[in-house]
Amino acid sequence: MPSKSLIKKIDFEKYGSLIAFVVIFIISSFASPYFLQLQNILNILRQVSYTGIIALGMTFVIIGGGIDLSVGSMTALVGGISILSLNSAMNFFGYGYWNEIMAIIVAVIVSIALGAAAGALNGVAITKGRIAPFIVTLGTMAIYRSLALYIGKAGVFRSNSYMYPELGMGYFLGVPIPVWVFFGMAVLFHIILNWTRYGRYICAIGSNQKVARYSAIKVNFVRFISYVMVGVTVGVSAVFLTSRLNSISSTNGGSGYELDAIAAVIIGGTPMTGGSGTIFGTVIGAIILGMINNMLNMLGVSPYLQGTVKGIVIIGAVLIQRKRSQ
Amino acid sequence: MDNNIILKTKGIAKEFSGVRVLNNINIEIKSGEIFGIIGENGAGKSTFVKILTGIYTPTEGRIYFNGKEIQLETPLDARKAGIIMIPQEFNLINDLNVYENIFLGNEKKRRVFLNRNEMIRRTEELLAGLKVNIPATARIDKLSVAQKQMVEIAKALAFDSKLLILDEPTTVLTRREIDILFGIMRQLKSRGVTMIYISHKLSEVKEICDRVMVLRDGEMITIEDTDNIDEKEMARSMIGRELSQIFPEKVVPKENTVLQVENLSSVDGFIKDVSFDLKEGEILGFAGLVGAGRTELAETLIGIRKKKHGKIIIKGKEYNIKNPADALKRGIAYLSEDRQGIGILTNFDIPSNITLPSLKHYLRGILINKRKEHEKTAQYIKRFDIKAASLKSKLEYLSGGNQQKVSLAKSLDTGPEIFIIDEPTRGIDVNAKREIYFFINELVQTGISCIVISSEMEEIIGLCNRVVVMREGKITGILEGEHINEEEIMFHATGLKGVA
Repeated sequence: MPSKSLIKKIDFEKYGSLIAFVVIFIISSFASPYFLQLQNILNILRQVSYTGIIALGMTFVIIGGGIDLSVGSMTALVGGISILSLNSAMNFFGYGYWNEIMAIIVAVIVSIALGAAAGALNGVAITKGRIAPFIVTLGTMAIYRSLALYIGKAGVFRSNSYMYPELGMGYFLGVPIPVWVFFGMAVLFHIILNWTRYGRYICAIGSNQKVARYSAIKVNFVRFISYVMVGVTVGVSAVFLTSRLNSISSTNGGSGYELDAIAAVIIGGTPMTGGSGTIFGTVIGAIILGMINNMLNMLGVSPYLQGTVKGIVIIGAVLIQRKRSQ
Repeated sequence: MDNNIILKTKGIAKEFSGVRVLNNINIEIKSGEIFGIIGENGAGKSTFVKILTGIYTPTEGRIYFNGKEIQLETPLDARKAGIIMIPQEFNLINDLNVYENIFLGNEKKRRVFLNRNEMIRRTEELLAGLKVNIPATARIDKLSVAQKQMVEIAKALAFDSKLLILDEPTTVLTRREIDILFGIMRQLKSRGVTMIYISHKLSEVKEICDRVMVLRDGEMITIEDTDNIDEKEMARSMIGRELSQIFPEKVVPKENTVLQVENLSSVDGFIKDVSFDLKEGEILGFAGLVGAGRTELAETLIGIRKKKHGKIIIKGKEYNIKNPADALKRGIAYLSEDRQGIGILTNFDIPSNITLPSLKHYLRGILINKRKEHEKTAQYIKRFDIKAASLKSKLEYLSGGNQQKVSLAKSLDTGPEIFIIDEPTRGIDVNAKREIYFFINELVQTGISCIVISSEMEEIIGLCNRVVVMREGKITGILEGEHINEEEIMFHATGLKGVA
């Protein structure tokens, strides 16, 4: 009895999200003839890459037993300021091809550094201030959004660069650049999670903080870093989001990203209680969300109802997880 | 059928995936009897009890309760019949108070509202009946472990139970609390409540039980009146051989001091002016009642608790140890008494558990060398005879004894010079105990110095070169040689001897 059910359980735990992926993929390809077209698939991948990149960092936070609700607001703030810095860097460097490249590099660095800083702020409040991650990031969710609104005067941050959109709109070997970055970072984060001390430690902390502490792991530092990591992913995501539109709205830029990022992690099989999880699952989870959106669009379902479907999928995923562990 | 027989089982057997873990158990328990069940871990005690409480259904056999055959399909069936178990880990809700816990799921109501007064009155009655002095409105988390146990018993009685099953009830109790518990058990017995008492502690079984059943490898070895069987006999039938060689021969430690602690106090006040020294290759025992501050002392030594003042001198040099990482750097490893809570990660596999504190030795560049991890783990599995389905088995699928061996390997892998082991054999069976004693003995022969914190008197006496006795955060005596005996330790632990 134990051995048989064990095999079943492990298989399901490992491949549950993959099975869901395959099922939705098959349904979608029957539902619409356009689904399987390369352009559509690349489109889905590009769309999921923005929140997918954030979900990679979120995976570490959730494995460590935490949560970050501020990533959406953070995206708006970080994206907005990076556009401002792009514009002033362009003024500083003057016009010309290489000058503009330099300005874009500055904007990218500012975006990632600012994301890291905003994440670090969450991390400090959570670890040093000993406040629940939910509360801290709920607070900073309001703070980051309000700062974005204040700095952007509740309007849209617009870039003056003509080259910047190349980053978000561009292709490399026929695949959109954000998708390359998404998959590249996924590989990197997978290695960090499975093959480095940091990955082992964050799992240990999520599994049992006390054991981790007694095992000489610097619990606060490791947890802190996970919030910095999600901040960095927000910075990267903000670069692609802002460069794609060459602007970002302070009111609704990045709004709902926390939902999509957390949903991708959960659908990917990482338990909310932490302790274990996979990057592979998160990537699949993000793509599942994208496929569902895509299918609903093609079927002509009202965009207002997409949130309902997303919500049902999230709750369903957790329900299956619960059943699994019983 | 005899009217006096409350519980009768006939040919009870249980198989898991074709493996018979319990075979042909036939017992008759008389009304008002205290019936002991002893056996090593894995002997089938808990399987048998789980059958009686409806958690498992037997593969074969019948159960008669109060003269009628009953089917126990679910725990609720057992509870309805009046069979209630007091678990080792209490099922009480810490945030609620005593009466709320006792009537949890069984609340007394007046129309739709809770009848608070009625519940409090009943609770007070129950507690008074047990002659324990706990306020009905006290919050559970404010109670001691012993008091929580009393609440569990009161809760069982509130359900009007006829058969009470106590699973290892004394592991967490001090001797005085045990006496109180036994008093209550005798009183319940006089009221006609029947009890099944499961324990590792043979002396207690002899003291409290009328009869005792010995299980070994799922088989019923014998049922005896406790008047007719002594502890040695019990132990012999449990393990099927002589118990004489459970402790290895003591090794004489070297002269030099590896650890010297001077006037150590903790900020939280649990440790007050503690001074002692540890020789190279010594096994230094720490005895005392629960709450004497022994675990707290260990936690202060490894930097989990903040030090107020005092010195920790390792091999002649004073160090300021601020956290377990510092402690490991200085060669101090601590193996916690709370295996599941502090020692191991149940969802991690064996290698990941063992290398957790020593992971930096398993790196190639920045990546973990998993092959090296596995090779080292395979060595430990062999050395400690860890029984697991595979290397990659998660710890939750290992037995308590094997989990403890993994914890041991984990601590050893940090290459400690000073090894603090807190309750090394809590909740594990005699054979595994013996193995662990011999491991500890091997360790000190390789020059590692051990501090063994234990509440088991035999362990302290049988294993240690010297014994430090603590009481209320202070050292009341350091015993050597012939002074290491039960009486001396108890006198110091209870404050009859030594300045407290």
